[in-house]
Amino acid sequence: MSANGNGHFVSLKGVSKRFDNLEVLHGIDLDVDEHSVVCLIGASGSGKSTLLRCINLLEQVDAGTIVVDGQTITDGKVDVNRLRQKIGIVFQAYNLFPHMTVLQNLTLAPRKARGASRADALDRARALLHRIGLEEKADEFPDRLSGGQQQRVAIARALAMEPKLMLLDEITSALDPQLIGEVLELVRELAESGMTMIVATHEMSFAREVANKVCFLDAGVIGEEGTPKEILSAPREERTREFLARVLEGGRL
Amino acid sequence: MGQFLHEFFNPLDFLRAVPTVWNGFLFNLKLMVVAEAFILVLALALAIVRGLPGRGAAPLRWLAIAYTDVFRGTPLLLVLFMVQGFATLDYVGLSSGTLFRNGAIALILVYTAYVTEVYRAGIESVHPSQRMAARSLGLSYMQAMRYVVLPQAIRRVVPPLLNDFIGLQKDTVLITVIGLTEALAGANFFQNDYANFSALTVTAVFFIFLTIPLARFTDHIIKEREKRERATAV
Repeated sequence: MSANGNGHFVSLKGVSKRFDNLEVLHGIDLDVDEHSVVCLIGASGSGKSTLLRCINLLEQVDAGTIVVDGQTITDGKVDVNRLRQKIGIVFQAYNLFPHMTVLQNLTLAPRKARGASRADALDRARALLHRIGLEEKADEFPDRLSGGQQQRVAIARALAMEPKLMLLDEITSALDPQLIGEVLELVRELAESGMTMIVATHEMSFAREVANKVCFLDAGVIGEEGTPKEILSAPREERTREFLARVLEGGRL
Repeated sequence: MGQFLHEFFNPLDFLRAVPTVWNGFLFNLKLMVVAEAFILVLALALAIVRGLPGRGAAPLRWLAIAYTDVFRGTPLLLVLFMVQGFATLDYVGLSSGTLFRNGAIALILVYTAYVTEVYRAGIESVHPSQRMAARSLGLSYMQAMRYVVLPQAIRRVVPPLLNDFIGLQKDTVLITVIGLTEALAGANFFQNDYANFSALTVTAVFFIFLTIPLARFTDHIIKEREKRERATAV
């Protein structure tokens, strides 16, 4: 592979981002290998979401470089629409298009952004709905689905663009506990299929099971990173221990 | 009271006034349909321009803002006289065709400013996360606008759009002042000829009967959509 990114699929070097007076990210270095899953853990406001949004340029970095798939995306010259077509993102609040049916949600971007034919887009959308077990909901509007179903549709909508990288931004945080399982199951399948993913999550048992690497984000810096076992079972840093203890009290480990 | 009823609600004069007022009313209808068609398109374009991001689009944004400021602030009657005055500068004869055109231009100029603001409110009411989701899929700014933001924005502003449309319908009578024989003018002739105001009542009834079905129709489409897209309350 090219020197660009040093062989990593995603490579961040010294990434900083501030909103007005608040420095949200401070000198983040992070490498993600192809077909691997990196989980970002950390308290709310630690910068996980902002980090994900910088990777598909929904936010502009103030300093540092980000390389995705051998292409430096932070030099201001990249075609953002084209870049985003290969990076899927799923949000905490699903953000499905409420005025479109499930099927239309899945076919809009392939047709309009990538110029796929209607028939191809429909075929692919139906196949994806089959994969997530929601074929019978194809013609429903999002508001008629449960939160778990909506989030699965949102994942399918991102997958419809056949991305090479998926960014998941606390996708189970808005869900009732009994609906979390179906969404995580889908993500687990994705990981098994070899999808490269960066996942911001509070689900520690999920991170332990699926992640190749876990990064603990603390006030805009990566406090500690390592294998799930290292970070979740034997953290070296005091801050990591404190964070995990708090999560444990919340009953989510 | 008897005097009042005789002056405004005289059945015989009602019947006599209907044909005259109706002939004029057709002009109002035509004017309103033509003007509204232009208004809906131009106002949408202005609202989109006004929301364009980036420093490069700033002059366009300013122009759009200046337009709404000027034409929302100027009384319609004044604009009507100015358009008419401007048109007479070239000394063409004032046929009813040019009067119609001038009336339409004045209505379009003023109502486009109002309707731009209605669209803008609708566009801003769509949560930014919708646009973000659309952009994150690789859609361009204009595609996100066209397929995700505008469909949601426009359906939200249908009631206020209808409100302005009704305002426009009623304001079509103002063109009587530049000499076009529309419904109000017809009623005035009648009033002068018969010394009775019932023709005015007839005119009012025409306008009211025009707006009521429109209002019910709007209610109906909104309710249908709710039924289709919204979850049933549990």
